[in-house]
Amino acid sequence: MGSSSSSMTNIPDAQQLIQETGFSAAHILRLYERFEFLDKDKRGELRQETVDFASFVRILAHFRPTDTSRTRDGAQQEPANSSTGKLKSAFQLYDQDRDGKISRAELLQVLRAMMGIQVTEEQLHSIAERAIQEADLDRDDAISFDEFRQSLEKVNVDHKMSIRFLK
Amino acid sequence: MSSTGRLALFLCMLLMVSRGPSLASEDTGHEDTASSDHGTNSSSDSGTGHGEDSGTGHGEDSSGDSGHESSGHGGGPITTLPIVSWKWHHVSTPYLVTLWILVCWLCKIIIEANHHVTSVIPESALLICFGFILGGIIWGADKVQTFTLTPTVFFFYLLPQIILDAGYSMPNKLFFSNMGAILVYAVIGTCWNAASLGLSLWGCHKGGAMGDLDIGLLQYLLFGSLIAAVDPVAVIAVFEQVHVNEVLFIMVFGESLLNDGVTVVLFNVFDAFVSLGGSKIDAVEIIKGIISFFVVAFGGSLVGFVFGLLISLVTRCTKNIQIIEPGFVFVLGYLSYLTAEMLSLSAILSIVFCGMCCQKYINANMDERSVTTVRYVMKVLANGSETIIFVFLGISAIDKTIWVWNTGFILLTLLFIFVYRLIGVFFLTWILNKFRLVPIEFIDQVIMSYGGLRGAVAYGLATMLDESKIKEKNLMVCTTLIVVYFTVILQGVTMKPLVTWLKVKRAAVSELTLIEKVQNKVFDHMLVAIEDISGQIGHNYMRDKWNHFEEKWMSWILMKPSARKNRDYVFNVFHQLNLQDAMSYVTEGERRGSLEFIRHETAFVDFKKKFGAEFSDAMPDITADASDDQDATSSMRRDPVPSVSLEMHEQTMNGVRETEDVNSHHLLQQHLYKGRKQHRHRYSRTHFDVNKDENEVQEIFQRTMRSRLESFKSGKMGVAPPKTISKHTKKDQQQKMPNGKSVDKSKTYHSGDEDFEFSEGDNASGYEASGGSFPMRVTYRAGAGIENPAFMPEMDPMVQVQIPPWLAEAELDSSTVAPSQRAQVRLPWTPSNLRRLAPLRTSAHSTDSFMLADAPAAQQRDDEQLPPPPPPPPHRDDGHM
Repeated sequence: MGSSSSSMTNIPDAQQLIQETGFSAAHILRLYERFEFLDKDKRGELRQETVDFASFVRILAHFRPTDTSRTRDGAQQEPANSSTGKLKSAFQLYDQDRDGKISRAELLQVLRAMMGIQVTEEQLHSIAERAIQEADLDRDDAISFDEFRQSLEKVNVDHKMSIRFLK
Repeated sequence: MSSTGRLALFLCMLLMVSRGPSLASEDTGHEDTASSDHGTNSSSDSGTGHGEDSGTGHGEDSSGDSGHESSGHGGGPITTLPIVSWKWHHVSTPYLVTLWILVCWLCKIIIEANHHVTSVIPESALLICFGFILGGIIWGADKVQTFTLTPTVFFFYLLPQIILDAGYSMPNKLFFSNMGAILVYAVIGTCWNAASLGLSLWGCHKGGAMGDLDIGLLQYLLFGSLIAAVDPVAVIAVFEQVHVNEVLFIMVFGESLLNDGVTVVLFNVFDAFVSLGGSKIDAVEIIKGIISFFVVAFGGSLVGFVFGLLISLVTRCTKNIQIIEPGFVFVLGYLSYLTAEMLSLSAILSIVFCGMCCQKYINANMDERSVTTVRYVMKVLANGSETIIFVFLGISAIDKTIWVWNTGFILLTLLFIFVYRLIGVFFLTWILNKFRLVPIEFIDQVIMSYGGLRGAVAYGLATMLDESKIKEKNLMVCTTLIVVYFTVILQGVTMKPLVTWLKVKRAAVSELTLIEKVQNKVFDHMLVAIEDISGQIGHNYMRDKWNHFEEKWMSWILMKPSARKNRDYVFNVFHQLNLQDAMSYVTEGERRGSLEFIRHETAFVDFKKKFGAEFSDAMPDITADASDDQDATSSMRRDPVPSVSLEMHEQTMNGVRETEDVNSHHLLQQHLYKGRKQHRHRYSRTHFDVNKDENEVQEIFQRTMRSRLESFKSGKMGVAPPKTISKHTKKDQQQKMPNGKSVDKSKTYHSGDEDFEFSEGDNASGYEASGGSFPMRVTYRAGAGIENPAFMPEMDPMVQVQIPPWLAEAELDSSTVAPSQRAQVRLPWTPSNLRRLAPLRTSAHSTDSFMLADAPAAQQRDDEQLPPPPPPPPHRDDGHM
């Protein structure tokens, strides 16, 4: 990682990203270095699902702690690191087919990835069943974003989905 | 209140009377301990038994011993055989100890009986006040305070269990994620408090604010160090009742636990400095002091850690001695305290870490009942000794000998303690907030600084001071007591209003939900991933690494293999929720008189729903296969059914009656449990359940296994993808059906199709298990287990009666395989098949009201899920209902 490549001028759309995500220039710089490090074959994107630097930063922007001090111009609709933004990104993690609902299969997939070998498939199913039941208010057997948000009312998403060094 | 007060007075009088005879000897005993108590904390080891070594024993102990020697057994040579003799001195020591415990706990009963008082004044303050009263009575009788809280009793018999309990029930994750802040408060904050108080008092002394006192700088610092620490006992007692938010709680609580260790270390260091004398202290000694500080603190923690691992290891192999396995926790925990004390390390830190390390593993290793036992006994001991501590803190005050009044010293101490605590907390928080993700709010800081309650540890340390080295010991003791009273009573009382007034964030009382736990876990994983991606090593990353390590090595070594398997967190939550549900069902059942409602109402409803849905579920399925025959199916469902089903229904009902009679005889004769004639009450020291009839157990086991086997099959089938499974699921369910049909002649005729048809019906339910449509949900609510659709039909009283287990068993063999094969051969579906199926379908589940009642509900849902809405089932049943 040469230092020459990681100056602000080399980063595509740097100013716009700063504007959009609220990261400081130093953060963008650091993230760009990281991005270049991960981007081994220098295609300007990460493997498989192509992620260019801008979307890389945008994803990370969800995890920037919400700060109340920074004044925001009203032109921006919803910053990525607002609690709704954070929730949305969490929701999208489940909602693989982007239909705005977490289906049982989607929930199962996440559970399976998360719980490891200690839990049998049957147990996973029961857990998914119960979880959906709890959140599913309109009984359509899937969790919509509103239901998702309601089920997490008690959780402080701002705190749970923030990483300190992105501040 | 007046009646309870009188009761208390009466008790006290009783106490006075009972301890009257030993008066003189006790006084001497007390004098002994007062002089010899110093240094016991460091010199006595685990060998110091309770009441065996009069040098280190507490007041009652030594008095009992000496009393026993001087005038035991009523005195004088025996001239004749006494029938009854008065042996007070023989039992006086344990008797007094027990009596005191009883009196203290009775105080607690009296206090807790008055809710309107405890809601205003915290319990700890009231206990101290009770102590005042008791102390006054003793003083009135003896003219000298016979019972005081001695450091030995306090540090060896009262404190350990409180700290162990605190460590054992510590929320580890919360603690470690705030570890940095807690350490800063506990170490730097305490040092700051000690130094600033000592120096300021010394400055004021030099300035002449206190008159003529013989206290040097080092003594001031010593005093500062003993009174610097926030006391865990007092803090828990007060904050437990206030319910502040968990971060604030863990801050105050964690700080109070850890700074006890710090303060004891500081005290020892300064005590040594005082002994050395000011002139001999040079840089080397100071550096040594600092090093010893770290060695003592970390050494103590290490000892605790080792003992924690030891406990975990021991509980790993206590399978055969389950009845005493809870005991190991206490014995080893206490041993860790004593070991650290023996090595002159921080005993408090040791037992805290011991509790924290072992909690996870012992909870997993031990039997559930043992875990409950540990929890309860822990609480009993901790709460009990907390009560005793507060009462004795009150009693200790009523003693003329310790009261040396120095207005300047006392008031300045109070002021400085308060002010420096405030400054310390605000300054440290200001620094910490620069690094914290979630900054500590201003209001929380106020509560933290106001929650700096001093307590029994400070008093214990103060009484340990050596009067030969510190001339003004009594002044210090009495100042400490005043500080304790001031903070515990005054700040304790005002804490609650303050918390309300400042609108401090309270702990959210939320009910456990699975989705929340799942989501929390997802958040954790996400954060780790993001930290990993962005190439930062934050504490999420560290925690993940630690978890991996812990899972891989520590659990492997410290946990039973069986315990290791089922300890996924989310699943445990799920399990807990299910248990809760089961409990609420039982409660509901008891409210209604019996659990019958599950059978008759809910299950019935489920069953109905299921078949209602089956109708509409299965049909579109078929129609999908049979392309465009939807109209045909619906029409044929409508017309041929009524007549057939009508007569079949009657036949079935008759059949039920007959078989019922026959079967009930069988049932009673063979399958009810044997009367419990041998239900004797035996006593066993090692087992609880001595009364179990072996045959009964055996039978329950067999039955459970059988039903489990069945449900397992269907459960397994249920989870596979619906399409492929549709031909197989029926064999699981099928075995219950032939019974119902066996009485039905017309059905035997169609037997091949029957199987076929049921497979279709069951297909629906099997599908539901994975697809999770509405009926499935209901099945679950009935408490029958989620993945187990096969269970519900058995709940139907009729089918149940018709299939006694021994029949079902036989059926299992014959009907499992063959029909499914047939079913497979028959595919794909043809309309002609369906034509014959339809009447049979209804006739088989002959209680038609099912469909009637349920069709709309099931319909509704199916409309959402399945594109072609099936026509409502025919209402032909009305006639014969």
